Amino acid sequence: MRKSSGRADNHDWRKIKNALASTGTFVSAVLVIAPLGLVFFHLLVNGASSVNWDFFTHLPKPVGEAGGGMANAIVGSLELLAIAGVIGIPVGVLGGVYLAEYGSARINSIVRFLADVLNGIPSITWGVVVYGLVVLRFKSFSAYAGGLALGLIMIPLILRTTEEVVLLVPNGYREAALALGVSRWKTIVHIVMKTASKGIITGILLALARVGGETAPLLFTAFGNRFWNHSLSQPIAALPLQIFTYAISPYDDWHRQAWAGALVLVTGVFCVNVLVRILTRGRAASVV
Amino acid sequence: MSLAAQVLIEERFVRERMAPPSRFGDKAFQWLTMAMAMAVVVLVILTGWQLWRGSSLTVEKFGFHFLATSTWDPVAEQFGALPFIYGTLVSSLIALLIAVPLSIATAVYLTELAPLWIRQPLVSLTEMLAAIPSVILGLWGIFVMVPWLRDYPFPFLKHYFGWIPLFTGPIYGPCMFAGGIIIAIMILPIITSVSREILRSVPDLQREAAYGLGATRWEVTRIAVLSYARKGLFGAVILGLGRALGETMAVTMVIGNTPQIAASLFKPGYTLASVIANEFTEATTDIYLGALFEIGLVLFGVTILVNLVAQFLLKTMTTTTSATRAVQ
Amino acid sequence: MDNLVMATPEQSVTERAEGPAEPSANSEPALKLTFEVKNLSVWYGEKRAIDDVTFNIASNAVTAIIGPSGCGKSTFLRALNRMHELVPKTRMEGTVLLHGEDLYSKTVDPAIVRRRVGMVFQKSNPFPTMTIGENVIVGLRLNGVRNQKFLNERLEKSLRMSALWDEVKDDLHKPGTSLSGGQQQRLCIARALAVEPEVILMDEPCSALDPIATAKIEELISELKAQYTIVTVTHNMQQAGRISDYTAFLYLGRLIEFGQTTTIFTNPSDRQTEDYITGRFG
Repeated sequence: MRKSSGRADNHDWRKIKNALASTGTFVSAVLVIAPLGLVFFHLLVNGASSVNWDFFTHLPKPVGEAGGGMANAIVGSLELLAIAGVIGIPVGVLGGVYLAEYGSARINSIVRFLADVLNGIPSITWGVVVYGLVVLRFKSFSAYAGGLALGLIMIPLILRTTEEVVLLVPNGYREAALALGVSRWKTIVHIVMKTASKGIITGILLALARVGGETAPLLFTAFGNRFWNHSLSQPIAALPLQIFTYAISPYDDWHRQAWAGALVLVTGVFCVNVLVRILTRGRAASVV
Repeated sequence: MSLAAQVLIEERFVRERMAPPSRFGDKAFQWLTMAMAMAVVVLVILTGWQLWRGSSLTVEKFGFHFLATSTWDPVAEQFGALPFIYGTLVSSLIALLIAVPLSIATAVYLTELAPLWIRQPLVSLTEMLAAIPSVILGLWGIFVMVPWLRDYPFPFLKHYFGWIPLFTGPIYGPCMFAGGIIIAIMILPIITSVSREILRSVPDLQREAAYGLGATRWEVTRIAVLSYARKGLFGAVILGLGRALGETMAVTMVIGNTPQIAASLFKPGYTLASVIANEFTEATTDIYLGALFEIGLVLFGVTILVNLVAQFLLKTMTTTTSATRAVQ
Repeated sequence: MDNLVMATPEQSVTERAEGPAEPSANSEPALKLTFEVKNLSVWYGEKRAIDDVTFNIASNAVTAIIGPSGCGKSTFLRALNRMHELVPKTRMEGTVLLHGEDLYSKTVDPAIVRRRVGMVFQKSNPFPTMTIGENVIVGLRLNGVRNQKFLNERLEKSLRMSALWDEVKDDLHKPGTSLSGGQQQRLCIARALAVEPEVILMDEPCSALDPIATAKIEELISELKAQYTIVTVTHNMQQAGRISDYTAFLYLGRLIEFGQTTTIFTNPSDRQTEDYITGRFG
């Protein structure tokens, strides 16, 4: 406190600086939040009118015809999420359980570090990798490839959250179960994971919401499809992909559809986030 | 029969009903979960190997020149990634210049200065911003942000700061500057939330000591909190940089996608991630595909490196927080 | 260990003709022993928590382990059902016989040991995801018992034995955590009783409870010893005096003195024991 000379004007100056800092940081916070409000506002203005029954039940119309929907893309996204879940959830959850329950300090720090590395890798990398691993090998874009790419993104996300919430389970519950002569794996599955289930589910939901909005990893794995997908080994439409394709197209009709699709996608993602918020509110009470 | 004898019989009865503990189950479960945890290690290796293998053709043919030349001509099969590296660096730099002060100021506001009742709602809102998919921000960027930038701030900048080479030349709309701004929006939430965690992990003792000297709130923040958290905040910035370098969809939609190295920020640019997104499905020749794989490899390597640095910087701060969490 | 006093527990309260299963081969006929602990030492990494402890624990009696914090009493208790092994890098030497069987023999599964030697913890820990009823029978369930009728019988019996039945019989479907602290601890006792152990270890079972709840648990302990061998750790001297038949005083991992509680409390042969009991240190 170099300026604490005790003079009145000095004191005022410090007060003014304090007020300035408060105002400045407040304005920053508003600016950070602003894009959220703006994006939402424009989504509603531009997309709401095109979100109707047809949007959810119809295939896209060819260029030049108004109307049509994104039914195939919505269903496609759900299918991709299902495949991603089948891959990402068991690996992520059980891997996280390993770190929390068994792993030695050294193994844990390595796995944790690599998981964080994976979380930091651009999602498009996964598209490239899965393209090389699956698409090139089977000579076809497919729902499997797209789902795999999304599933791989989910693994480190779920692994980290699972580890965190499993570690939060008080040791007393493990001891209590083991003291009843229950085997370790049953203790972990029936007592520990059950106690942490809300947190684990939260992590899974957040991961699903995150990859549900991913476009880059799907560009050359799922590829997109203007029609219904009849086989998972064929290209499949996805909502974010469709939005991208329509957004960069030169047609006004398609732009409108892109806005509508974006509104639907954001609503879905936000619903999951709100659900998670409700879940986590309960968790604080149940775990601690 | 005495009570005790009855107890004895029942005792056996209970125990016989219980299944013998199976060591197999324990071992199997441990191995299963271990295999799953090891999947992370396998993934990292697999990713590196796949990218390396995919790019072997271009690595052999162009070697180091791939990173240092700026001709990108798929027809003539000449591939130099410099414009993309340049575009990635410049757009990320713009993003950091915008996002870092805003995010850290917001984090300070949220942890130190804001009234308590407003903190949680604001935190939730920043998390909501992080949840917006990149493609949707890109959509908004194309149709709302870019036209607005083109009509108002860019002409203003050109008029008053046109003497700086950065703000010269015609204004098209999609450009490096727009790309930087959209990346900034994408990385605001992560820098804010990591900075917030860092500031929260500053021990209250630090603050109390400063308050004890009669400091104002801001002085406490500046002297006790920010200086203490400097290293961690730097880590948060680097983490943001890692995200910025790899940001794909939103940038692709607003940056203009032209491989050139130009001084003016109003000119279109191209980034590593964007070129993969745009040209991967068009890559008809093996060497073209190889070039894109190599760009993927560069992106992979750089983001790993950046994340490594970020982890290292954050480690000192986060170990203390996770330690306190473990104690609770 | 110069002052080590090796007292042999005498038959005191047992009226039962039969002892618990598998009577020890090398115990004297008049003396029912549950545990024979010989030269037990336990290390956590480099730290020696238990140092060469030898004494016997009588059946159908309450044995209290006392001593200042950090003296290893909790570790000793856990060594009796191999719970201390859950801490990584533990090592033990010596033998612990349960009714003459070596608990640490290579062929013995720790899970089986823990079914025979139940445990109640300092902090009551009913499983938060389960109802009161589920909490009681969870041990049987997870150990593979499926018969619903049998489970219901055990449920009632265990709750009756832990003096909780009348209080909760209408609330079996409520969460176990909805009970009061003392009730939760009795629920944990019921949970341990449900798998029908031979011994119940109690690690300061009353330290988190108010005096009324404590009195109830103490009463319960006195009732349970008719059927079970009970070993309890306590830092409360009065409690040890009230409920136990035998007392072992541990200090810095060593057994300083062991004997009948009345003897230890009225006429301790070791100066340290006397100092501790009279509150001069600890």
